[in-house]
Amino acid sequence: MHIRKLKIWFIIPLLVLLAATAFIGSCGDSSTTTTTPANGTELSGSFGITGSNTVTPLTTVWAEEFMNMHPKVSIAVSGPGSGAGIAALINSTTDICQASRAIKPTEIEQANAVGVEPFEIQVATDALSVIVHPSNPVSELTIAQLSAIYTNQITNWKEVGGNDKPIVAIARDTNSGTHVFFKEHVVQMLGLTTEDKSLEYGNKILQLPSTEEGVSEVAKNPNAIFYPGLGYVTDDVKPLAIKKTANDAGVLPSAATALDGTYPVARPLLYYTNRAPTGVIKEFIDYCLSDEGQAKVTEVGYVPLK
Amino acid sequence: MKQKQRDSNAGAAAVLASGLGRRWRLGEKFIESWIYLAGLLTIVVLLGIIILLVKEGVPIFFDTPPWEFFFGTNWYPVSEPPTFGIMPFFVATLWVTIVATAISVPIGIACAAYLSEVAPDKVRETIKPVIELLAGFPSVVMGFIGLMLLSPLVQSVFNLPTGLSGLTAGIMLAFMSLPIIISVSEDALRAVPDEFRQASYALGATKWETIWHVCIPAALSGITAAVMLGVGRAIGETMTVLMVAGGALAVPVSPAEPMMPMTAAIASGIGNAVRGGLQYQALFAIGLTLFVLTLFVNLVADRVLQRQKRKFQR
Repeated sequence: MHIRKLKIWFIIPLLVLLAATAFIGSCGDSSTTTTTPANGTELSGSFGITGSNTVTPLTTVWAEEFMNMHPKVSIAVSGPGSGAGIAALINSTTDICQASRAIKPTEIEQANAVGVEPFEIQVATDALSVIVHPSNPVSELTIAQLSAIYTNQITNWKEVGGNDKPIVAIARDTNSGTHVFFKEHVVQMLGLTTEDKSLEYGNKILQLPSTEEGVSEVAKNPNAIFYPGLGYVTDDVKPLAIKKTANDAGVLPSAATALDGTYPVARPLLYYTNRAPTGVIKEFIDYCLSDEGQAKVTEVGYVPLK
Repeated sequence: MKQKQRDSNAGAAAVLASGLGRRWRLGEKFIESWIYLAGLLTIVVLLGIIILLVKEGVPIFFDTPPWEFFFGTNWYPVSEPPTFGIMPFFVATLWVTIVATAISVPIGIACAAYLSEVAPDKVRETIKPVIELLAGFPSVVMGFIGLMLLSPLVQSVFNLPTGLSGLTAGIMLAFMSLPIIISVSEDALRAVPDEFRQASYALGATKWETIWHVCIPAALSGITAAVMLGVGRAIGETMTVLMVAGGALAVPVSPAEPMMPMTAAIASGIGNAVRGGLQYQALFAIGLTLFVLTLFVNLVADRVLQRQKRKFQR
């Protein structure tokens, strides 16, 4: 009898605790609690940014700096991929979508259908790097060669001047804006005379869930090739010089070559909001575009706007 | 003896009931109905999940006919126009599960037999909790271990172009289903009455003969359940296979190739899918396929168990 009573006293707080966690859990999901600062008072509020895995390192730095300057602001950053971010914007589960590719017309239609109007802001530029293992003797490739590698037409490194080793071509999964950008600009060779819209990634291509995983595989595997954003290139991997056509000179990815337009696979890094941003979100984006914010772009390894 | 115990239990309950009076009976009614509601809730939730899977998944078949969906070998969800064929995922799940089962079942049963029949009490009492602890490892940690330690090893041992393959994923899954298989089959073996062993020894059988011809057959129903639980875990595991299986979209002809099992295909695509879109429906249809597959495994397991029970009743 004693034990029974004890158990009830044990169960009641447990139930309360459960209910409380459920309540907090359901609260934590809604990232769209934004408060507009009244004039003259301290900036406060919380919002979420999700989308591109490529932009994430940059956004994280900006968010941390911004939260240091305004301690009452909290920003949640995640990077499942540009497609996932745009889907989140359409489903109204994020305040800012970060993207490494432009929104597609079909996605704008889907957004308008549910009353969301995507508003585009370019925050930086990226030189999409193609990396291999440091021991790989290949140092430059043309876009046509890359296209052939990623459509499984070239499967051995000796066909592009390397060792007699199989090529392990690594791509991001379909969530990724980099996946789509690379498909359009490299696999399908957009803007070149050899452009072919019907080309797709070959089915032997590895599709990995994150950019970090791809870089770490290239750092370990002498057969591998991968295409991370410039910000992810480390000393453990070797970036390749890219030649637009066989007659052009190879250009290595860097801030300078992306800015002067000589690097062939540079792309804008974008933020999307539902209509023009207001309140604390506008303050944040203004900070990103300020000289101070743009200085961080270089630190992270991407290319500032000016 | 059991009857006696039950009587004394009933007696105790009567004493308690008369002591507590009406309040106690009310409390019991409350608990009873609470448990009943809890049972009902699980059924409602299960039905809800099935209805959701069917409602979101089936519409894809108006766009892609079922035969193209199940036997198609091209999966290009973000292309214009998109194509949805899940054969590569289906075969990948099959390979990964086969590798995991081939490794975990012999090791698991041998380990369970050792723990239950051979090991001294002290050894068993230390090893069993440790094995059960292994079951508690988060799958993302196992994926990380697979990525950092196992995949370079698999690559160099089997001389593969890359260590991210179905083989690596299968080995990792074997580690993850081992604790379940060992724990459940050890319980089953321990439940075999000691008379069976004594009788076997009395006939002059050795320890090995006793384990192989008496204990394991007697515990077979429990061991089958253990294996099915392990297979179920291997089919349904997501994070680990997403991280180490490699994610290639070709139909894999050998387990040593990079591949994308069904769970990984859902996980890597769902973030990108707009609610109600074609890709969303296709991913739900994969989920439905996965559900039917595990249901089938469970039904087969159930059949085996029933037959086993009947055999022992005779």
